[in-house]
Amino acid sequence: MRNLLSLLPLVGLIIIVQLLTSWTDTTFYLTQITMSAYYSLLIIGLCTLMGYAGQISLGHAGFFAIGGYISAALTTHNLVAFKETALIRMLDGFNILMSGEDIYGDSLMVINPWAACIVAVLAAGLIAWVLGIPVLKLKGHYLAMATLGFGVIIYRIVLAVEYFGEADGISEVPSFTLIPGLEVSGDFGARVENYYIAWGLVIIGMIILRNLINSRVGRALRSIHASEEAAGAMGVNTSRYKLQVFILSAIFAAVAGVFLTHYNGGIGPSEAGVMKSVRYVAIVAVGGMAHLWGALTMGVLLNFLSLRGVFGSYDDAVFGLILIIIMLFAPNGILSLNWKGLLDKISGRTNKGKAAGGKD
Amino acid sequence: MALLEISGLHKKFGGLHAVNNVSFAVEKGSIKAVIGPNGAGKTTLFNLITGTLGATSGDVTFLDKPLLGKKPHQIAALGMARTFQNVKLFHDMTVLENVMVGRHIRSSAGFLASMLHMPWTLREESRIRQKSMQMLELLGIEEFADTEATSLAFGQQRAVELARALALEPTILLLDEPAAGLNIYETAEVGRLISRIRDLGITVVLVEHDMSLVMDISDDIVVLSFGQKIAEDVPEAIQKNEEVIKVYLGE
Amino acid sequence: MTLELFIQYLFAGITYGSIYAIVAIGFNIIYNTTGIINFAQGEFVMLGGMISISLLPLMPLPVAIAAAVVITMLFGALLEIFFIRWLENPGVLRMIIITIGLSILTREGALHVWGESVRSLPYFVGNEISSVEILGARISPQVLWVVGACGLMVLFLSIFFKTTSVGREMRACAANRKAAILCGINTHNMVTFSFMLSAGIGALAGSVMSPITSTSYDIGTGLAIKGFTVAILGGLGNSMGAVGAGLLLGILEAFSISVVPLAFKDAISISILLIILFVRPHGLFGSRTAAGLKEF
Repeated sequence: MRNLLSLLPLVGLIIIVQLLTSWTDTTFYLTQITMSAYYSLLIIGLCTLMGYAGQISLGHAGFFAIGGYISAALTTHNLVAFKETALIRMLDGFNILMSGEDIYGDSLMVINPWAACIVAVLAAGLIAWVLGIPVLKLKGHYLAMATLGFGVIIYRIVLAVEYFGEADGISEVPSFTLIPGLEVSGDFGARVENYYIAWGLVIIGMIILRNLINSRVGRALRSIHASEEAAGAMGVNTSRYKLQVFILSAIFAAVAGVFLTHYNGGIGPSEAGVMKSVRYVAIVAVGGMAHLWGALTMGVLLNFLSLRGVFGSYDDAVFGLILIIIMLFAPNGILSLNWKGLLDKISGRTNKGKAAGGKD
Repeated sequence: MALLEISGLHKKFGGLHAVNNVSFAVEKGSIKAVIGPNGAGKTTLFNLITGTLGATSGDVTFLDKPLLGKKPHQIAALGMARTFQNVKLFHDMTVLENVMVGRHIRSSAGFLASMLHMPWTLREESRIRQKSMQMLELLGIEEFADTEATSLAFGQQRAVELARALALEPTILLLDEPAAGLNIYETAEVGRLISRIRDLGITVVLVEHDMSLVMDISDDIVVLSFGQKIAEDVPEAIQKNEEVIKVYLGE
Repeated sequence: MTLELFIQYLFAGITYGSIYAIVAIGFNIIYNTTGIINFAQGEFVMLGGMISISLLPLMPLPVAIAAAVVITMLFGALLEIFFIRWLENPGVLRMIIITIGLSILTREGALHVWGESVRSLPYFVGNEISSVEILGARISPQVLWVVGACGLMVLFLSIFFKTTSVGREMRACAANRKAAILCGINTHNMVTFSFMLSAGIGALAGSVMSPITSTSYDIGTGLAIKGFTVAILGGLGNSMGAVGAGLLLGILEAFSISVVPLAFKDAISISILLIILFVRPHGLFGSRTAAGLKEF
């Protein structure tokens, strides 16, 4: 219950912002906030992996892309030519297909978005499982490089394969009807609705992750991060836990990918790129590796600023710079800095209390 | 059948024969000490038994089950707990949380159940918390429950690690130099503690340098030198053993 | 496959392989002295090429290249001094992220200075269609420049590390930093010097390969990944192993074009990286126990 109550301020803030934009006639801001919210879903998952379980991933954009591209491809590739085959008729029987008309008025038969979403997320989970088993045995540089390599492979695949639209990516992705009346789409009229859908997803994500962190499993994860050897000696199955949290973070990324793709109506190869993966790591680092709230806040803030073009053509450079500065001066995130100490120094107060307590 | 049996254990690191044909048995309810000069292979021996290190050859049997080849967490689940020579507490976690990790094998909330905060997991959490506080009280450090574990004084950190190992409710407890860095009073306290642990029914194996502690509380002693066992006997006999004296004091 | 085609592929492989080996050796030099993997290694290669191209209108080719190498070495030194030297006991994760950040900044800086255009140095001898005949196949003379330059660098480095006092001091640092300090070696300077050396060889490689491969602001990342693959393949820290591994990867990559679509060429080397990491992280020529002892 305490967990749910702590989310109330966030819910309040979300509602207030929406109402504000409505009163000041600036609802276009909602679009970028919605997109930022989806990216933040990936980021809080990554934060759990990096900050709590202590495993770095430089390839998480790959999982985002797996989610987005698979759902995009399945919901846009026309199966009408195969209408008479047994497979298609079976799928139709299970209500997996969706019919309609494409922009030229010809008949269109695609996989319906719900089925596509499930397939995409399952695929991401499966790939994370297969990749995770060998990759998580690695440490330090090796782990970083392996995850980086994974991200690059995904990028190369979507760039080279015709099914995924090569350099142009996939567009004309249809809207995603969650339940009748609730639709993920880029329609301007549905801005407010989509804003709440995105934040609803983020809130669910936060609840799940906070529950996880404040549990026996969360404790085990933090113990693995602190000392993998001691954790094992205390009975924690370190490889299984690392794998499970890796898969969980991949699923969060894939879900973000699916929803954002339907919202934007398309996806392109840059979403799988190294720069995106690096950006996500930078944001988690700034927010404080093991601070879920910090990651969420920074995720929304920095993505929003980037999407609004505040960083101009220096976009990637800004995130690179953030990475460096944070790692040099505040490796545990902005909030971990001794702000009070700094303020005390500035105002000329002396620092007396260090002698009492503490070790050595 | 002894609780723990080591037979013909070997560990080679390239050319170094760190543990060379070591065999001994630990009877249930006893306190066994493993001593020897620095570099004798004592901590390596521990690491082989607990699964942290893989053995080159030999056998280790615990409760009639073979241990070699098992992963550390599987061995812990069988009821073997240990402490570390350089205390390995979990940083950025409180003392209580450290001990609660010790309850891991005595609890079962998994990923899914935890994510959904199923009511039974919350009940289990409160039981874990209770039991862990009991361990802290047993060692007299309950006042530090909410302090960050690595900010404590060294002796206190030792106590936390011991509480964490005890939280496992182990059948056997392996202590790696429990008195290292402690003064004469603290060492005596550790001795009393170990006896109380034995009275709780837990078998204890300890690696130690401090002779007063070892002679005081152990039921019998194994002496290692350069990876080989050179003696195994009751404390009085070990004190008089010429080989042992030579190894410690030189010719 | 005809003999001629085979020879073409072989030389293409050797050419690219030599470059990868140099990048890998750059990784190894810094890794050996500091334990850090410098993700910005690829950027040194890029800078060597881009700077010499920019200097070319102002001076003769050899001078432009020499100047580019010197400037890149200074750049490497500055990176180390400003961002790495004063860090005390940084964790591995922190260092990885810092060097990634440096790599990105360098890349983006290059983007703003030179734009997205793809440029290249002119062929040192002749032009793009001139060729010499080797074993029946027509090979560009630039290939010989690349292989020659890389070979000379490897030779120079092995002599340097074995015979000069600075070289020996650097090896001491690599073997045991604390002991080196006790011997009076200024380890801080050794670290800076290792960055300079890595930057220098990277820059020279970048200049020499430019006529064949072209240079643009973003070639760094791909080269870094391949260089890292080669470094791991050859055994991290083992520079002779890097040479062998580099040639191996280059040749594998070159011949893979005959089997796999061109677009997947990069995926080949990454797959090799992943396989090696999973199966034999100490590389083909490294020793398992030695790799296990190295601190991460």
